[in-house]
Amino acid sequence: MSTASLAKPQPQEGSPTMAGPPHGITTRDLCLWYAKFQALKNITVRIRHGIITSLIGPSGCGKTTFLRCLNRVNERYGYVTTQGEIQIHGKNIYDADVSLIELRKQVGMVFQRPNPLPISIYENVVFGLRIHNEKKASRSELDAAVEKSLTEVGLWNDLKDRLQARATSLQLEQQQKLCIARLLPLKPDLILMDEPCSSLDVEGTRAIEELMRELRGRYTIVIVTHNMAQARRASDECIFMLLGELVEHSRTEDLFLSPKDSKTADYIEGRYG
Amino acid sequence: MTSKRGTLDLLSERAIEALIRLCGISAILFVFGIFFFVFREGAPFLRHLDLGEFLFSKSWIPTSQTVPKYGVGALIVGSLSVTAVAMAIAVPFGLGAAVFISEFCGRKTKETLKIVIELLAAIPSVVWGFVGLSVMSPLLINTFHTPIGVNMLNGALLLALMSVPIMVSIGEDALKAVPDSFREAAIALGATRWQMVYRVLLPASKNGLLAAVLLGVGRAIGETMAVLMATGHSVRIPTSIFDPVRTLTATIAAELGETSKGSDHYQVLFLIGVLLFTITFIVNLTADLVVKGIRKQ
Repeated sequence: MSTASLAKPQPQEGSPTMAGPPHGITTRDLCLWYAKFQALKNITVRIRHGIITSLIGPSGCGKTTFLRCLNRVNERYGYVTTQGEIQIHGKNIYDADVSLIELRKQVGMVFQRPNPLPISIYENVVFGLRIHNEKKASRSELDAAVEKSLTEVGLWNDLKDRLQARATSLQLEQQQKLCIARLLPLKPDLILMDEPCSSLDVEGTRAIEELMRELRGRYTIVIVTHNMAQARRASDECIFMLLGELVEHSRTEDLFLSPKDSKTADYIEGRYG
Repeated sequence: MTSKRGTLDLLSERAIEALIRLCGISAILFVFGIFFFVFREGAPFLRHLDLGEFLFSKSWIPTSQTVPKYGVGALIVGSLSVTAVAMAIAVPFGLGAAVFISEFCGRKTKETLKIVIELLAAIPSVVWGFVGLSVMSPLLINTFHTPIGVNMLNGALLLALMSVPIMVSIGEDALKAVPDSFREAAIALGATRWQMVYRVLLPASKNGLLAAVLLGVGRAIGETMAVLMATGHSVRIPTSIFDPVRTLTATIAAELGETSKGSDHYQVLFLIGVLLFTITFIVNLTADLVVKGIRKQ
């Protein structure tokens, strides 16, 4: 496994600009309202390509909302208004000519509760290929994609003999890994994770964190977590949010060792949250 | 004083509980009661009935002075064929509407549509019969140049309209029961709405949708007045959808009033009732088991 160093993010195959700007995601004055409630207030942030960035903050601070802006799934609900700009690889994803389907192909998402589709393991992994390919992929291409993706998340040896089993019958940890695996055939640049370990036990959490480290470098990973220890263990950079505002964004060790803002310090010391 | 009050409370509590219990089991009593009485009226004739001839013969000549014939084969074929054609029309419309209401339209449209569809369910069947006679029949004659407008297609169209509401509401419930996380998973992978419906929701809710269809079938087989008025009511094995047919239900409704109580004809009509009861019972039971199947998963 080749993992790019922090300083030298690896350019991604298929990304619009091969040279690759230094920043994976740039937002400018991002505001979001649920009906009249403002959930995000002028978020301006640069998230670097190829590293793991964690979003922390107390419940209701807007971290999940922010994450769900990055692939625009927030817009499923009709009462959401968004303002501002989010650039992913230099392209504003709120531009009128952006195809949501292409965006979501590039930006994968892992949810809080593992949500494999109620079809076979095999079909879960190739779901993305099936919905995005106009021409039918051949059986051997699909087989190869399944093996590659499941190998990458470390499920292949356990599951290779029962690919036709229902995905919902797997253990939660395996389900969550499968949810990551099914993103990979689409060759995303960016993987969003919304508290991916909150329904897993200690072992499962460790396994997912290990997997994140394996994927680091090839994918930009943004993870929302309630668990500060997890943010500290698993991420390179850390963003602290409070009441819809971005309070602090820095390297994880700096944020935890010498927070610049007193609110951050209070939070990581557990005075509220 | 307080203890007296206490016993009174206890008594009324008991009484209410007993009453509620009675309400609860009354449905069972009624179903068995109805079956028992219908069967009792028809049972004496079973002794001189050739079951094979009853079910498969297509000559229904109950009023013959010399040799009355009681073969319901043509009536069974009539009921089943009208229902089948009705379902061929109603299933795509009903399930399509359910998918639209549940997945594609906004909240206001959804509320409006649900109310209108419930209204459709509230139209009395005799009114549907009018529609069949006065609107559908000339329409069919003019469109397809058939000699008669009261035929299988006419009845089937009415039955389709009548069973669509139940399919829509049960089908929508089935789709609503699919966890939202499945939708999010598909959408976050870049699926279009139709891909999500086709690849995720339909497989996930197939049992519920099947139950919706079966309940629609039950509704269509049991319907009487509209088919009596719109199908032409002539005993025969239909060869095309423009042939008039006669159904089991319509036969009972049209003839029971003209028989003398206890006569052979009277008893046979009750046996037809038992037959219908059995058919709808099987359809409903299947629907029920299918719905239970979903809950288990």
